[in-house]
Amino acid sequence: MAGKTIVITSGKGGVGKTTSSANIGTALAMQGNKVCLIDADIGLRNLDVVMGLENRIVYDIVDVVENNCRLEQAMIRDKRYDGLYLLPAAQTRDKTSVTPFQMKELIEKLKEDMDYIVVDSPAGIEQGFKNAIAGADRAIIVTTPEISAVRDADRIIGLLEAEGLRDPEVIINRIRADMVERGDMMGIEDMIEILAIDLIGIVPEDEGIVVSTNRGEPIALNDNAKAGQAYRNIARRIMGEDLPMMKLEKDSFISRFKKLVGLS
Amino acid sequence: MKSDDKKSKSVAKERLQFVLVQDRVKLTPDEMDAMRDELIEVLSKYIDVDSQKIEMDVRREDDMTALVANFPLKGSK
Repeated sequence: MAGKTIVITSGKGGVGKTTSSANIGTALAMQGNKVCLIDADIGLRNLDVVMGLENRIVYDIVDVVENNCRLEQAMIRDKRYDGLYLLPAAQTRDKTSVTPFQMKELIEKLKEDMDYIVVDSPAGIEQGFKNAIAGADRAIIVTTPEISAVRDADRIIGLLEAEGLRDPEVIINRIRADMVERGDMMGIEDMIEILAIDLIGIVPEDEGIVVSTNRGEPIALNDNAKAGQAYRNIARRIMGEDLPMMKLEKDSFISRFKKLVGLS
Repeated sequence: MKSDDKKSKSVAKERLQFVLVQDRVKLTPDEMDAMRDELIEVLSKYIDVDSQKIEMDVRREDDMTALVANFPLKGSK
């Protein structure tokens, strides 16, 4: 098997990299793929809690690299889907504990057995970012409709291209149709025009994300959630399907009602 | 038009474009201004440039990043 490695990155912190990694990995597994999620944020691991797998960690990525255990021993198998695994980051070490070369080797080994390897990159553009992109075949940049996030995304595009990762794609996260509508949030077209890269998905702002993170159940598992649908669509696009972008709901019935009675 | 009449979305887009010009060409605002002034000076030797209406933008295209500048001529439309 010759798996594909996708790095999820952003530059700016807090835009939804880890949530996106968890949901893309889960949604790819829901499509029947064998998937390994790698948390490359050494020292600040979080993909384990977002996936709800924090209680099952015995070994981590640094243990694998330092030969304290075999790769298979550190991979946590997700019980919800056959073929979904997590390789957790180390929490008590720092970014220099893994080198880009070691990361590449690790990914090469995983590729033999996996359809997709999804790497959750740390924020920033230093060592941790360089480790995360080493060995990636494809890069997905997560941004939100804020100047700071889009600016950092633009920086990352330049850095990825300098590292030979051509044609990164972007996820625009936490978009609010009502705010775009009234002219208080940049729209999808505005950001795509400025960044000049391909859009692989839009994820609407969804309270369900908080709830799903509270429970450690990726929202992609929730059939009724908008954001869950958005991530399932992204997974299918990654697999090569040509799906139309999700229509953003201008105004829900509830929010119209609230406005009507003066609650918002 | 007062600045608060303008939708914050347009303000964000303009500010973002401005800051990306600097990020992409790796010049400070002062250096950008100096370059702009020098360009005006050179062009003005030959043509009548309307220095109030100059637009400079750095765009990313398929294989390159390009500095795109518009120097409208005085009295032209």
